[in-house]
Amino acid sequence: MTSAAATDAATVLAQEAEAVGNPLLNLAIFMAFVVVTLVLVLKASKTNKSASDMYTAGAAFSGRQNGVAISGDYLSAASFLGIAGAIALTGYDGFLFSIGFLVAWLIALLLVAELLRNTGRFTMADVLAFRMRERPVRTAAATSTLVVSFFYLLAQMAGAGGLVALLLNINNRGGQSLVIAAVGILMIAYVLIGGMKGTTYVQIIKAVLLISGAALMSFWVLSRFGFNFSEMLGQGAEAGAALEPGARYGISGITRLDFVSLSMALVLGVGGLPHILMRFYTVPTAKEARRSVVWAIWLIGLFYLFTLTLGYGAAAIVGAERISAAPGAANSAAPLLAFELGGTLLLGIISAIAFATILAVVAGLTITASASFAHDIYAQVIHKGNAPAGKEVRVARIAALVVGGVAILGGIAANGQNIAFLVALAFAVAASANLPTILYSLFWKRFNTRGCLWSIYGGLIITITLIAFSPAVSGTPTSMLPNVDFSWFPLSNPGIISIPASFLLGFLGTVTSKEYNAAKYAEMEVRSLTGSGASRTALEH
Amino acid sequence: MSSTSSERGRATYTPQEAKYLAAQEAPEFQELRRRYRRWVLPVTAAALAWYFLYVALAAYAPGFMGRPVLGNINVGLIAGLLQFVSTFGITALYVRFADRTLDPISTGIREKFEEGDL
Repeated sequence: MTSAAATDAATVLAQEAEAVGNPLLNLAIFMAFVVVTLVLVLKASKTNKSASDMYTAGAAFSGRQNGVAISGDYLSAASFLGIAGAIALTGYDGFLFSIGFLVAWLIALLLVAELLRNTGRFTMADVLAFRMRERPVRTAAATSTLVVSFFYLLAQMAGAGGLVALLLNINNRGGQSLVIAAVGILMIAYVLIGGMKGTTYVQIIKAVLLISGAALMSFWVLSRFGFNFSEMLGQGAEAGAALEPGARYGISGITRLDFVSLSMALVLGVGGLPHILMRFYTVPTAKEARRSVVWAIWLIGLFYLFTLTLGYGAAAIVGAERISAAPGAANSAAPLLAFELGGTLLLGIISAIAFATILAVVAGLTITASASFAHDIYAQVIHKGNAPAGKEVRVARIAALVVGGVAILGGIAANGQNIAFLVALAFAVAASANLPTILYSLFWKRFNTRGCLWSIYGGLIITITLIAFSPAVSGTPTSMLPNVDFSWFPLSNPGIISIPASFLLGFLGTVTSKEYNAAKYAEMEVRSLTGSGASRTALEH
Repeated sequence: MSSTSSERGRATYTPQEAKYLAAQEAPEFQELRRRYRRWVLPVTAAALAWYFLYVALAAYAPGFMGRPVLGNINVGLIAGLLQFVSTFGITALYVRFADRTLDPISTGIREKFEEGDL
């Protein structure tokens, strides 16, 4: 594109200050995605009857399919819109998110995925409760699963609200709330009709669209700079996207420590995200679980490399001021870049992809939360494993409705909150309450019920308390509640305290209790490493 | 590692439990666990150490990270891209190790276990 054309685009943009592109076109492309995925979901519904179909699609996906679906489940709106925007506005500090989000997968690959697949069947609690006193541990694991899923859902739904403002030119809160509700209803439909199989199809399609969309835009951006990466960085830096770290986190000793704390939560959170863990059960064997993670790592890594080009490219081509001034601010960097590159059509496609991204992630979260309630709480804790036949699936469906309803209401309430903060919160809870117990459970012979409970509840309570009294919630102009100040914890990210504290509590709880079940530990260890007796199909047990 | 020392009040096991306890004591299984842990634990520790070194440099040595190397490409960018390289590299190495070393042992154990020979 010549500079004259670019100026034209800028003029057009200036004329319609609130909206870019054509809201009707954006909506039409998104509806096409919805129609295609709904057809697939309807096809999947024919085999959505048992609990195993509903939660894990009968464990019948291949490693490659599951790997693509994992990347679709993981690359959320925060990854796409959030990181591209953070790089465009602050430069290098935004890229630090990409790295933490990727390196974290090594823990899932090396320590968690295969052992979890061999030991459990549907939920994270299957593994944690394996050799412990079942009911208290399941209740604790289900509680933290629901908390993590809730924060993650809130982030995605709030993101949907922000996106609408930009893409459909809906600026009043009522209209945005309506769209959040529509996204929620679609997600509930996917989950109820298609179960895990339908949800997986949606995630696979979305992953392919998102990664190829990002690849196309990166290629296009680089072509604008004669494929000179350094030149693009230079122009991005001139526009305000710093090339060295520190623009956002290097302001003071507190912000630096905050960044270290955030990094801990990012790198240790993935291995404890219940909706990711549950995906490992959708393949038949540990070897396929390994293949899944390998595919996921390559795809996710590739995508995060693109975020670098998208971010600096947006700074260089769109400019930081226009991004900050747009509705949705940082989150609008990628869509505005699409508009600059390919006009209304590319903007429409990228917007539809962003919506699809949100939809696929929230569907995965809803399945996880409802499975945890129906399988862990209803079937195992309340009915001690003897729930009436078919009842568990019905409870799971009702739970999906309730979770969807809560997500809609929460999303409407959280509309306008910082997406990255809400996602970081979910990661902090996952890293503090879930990961220590998973690792202890799989690797420490002596670990027992008390250690498990102290670590989960302790991690949960410490994380949420520290966040509630952090500057992220009150006391500064950018806080959730800017007009009151009850903060005493200086960091916005609690990980640096809550993660070690949870490991310590798990240790202390364990050594102060004499409980130890040698036979169950033997069974768990042999199963986890060899797959002997592991549930391979829906027919076992 | 003796596995029953700290257990109380249990003198007898069901046949199923005894089978798993015996499998856990079997030399093949001990070998599998040793090889698995000797690979994944140090590699995870090294990967995390390298990641946190990178985080510490980004937080506390922005000047060093900002030093240009090639055009506008600086030390920080190269270090960040090396995090990608190390993640991809460890992934590839682990798959090779697991496919070649762990899978044959674990398949052998599983087959013997299911036939009741362990």
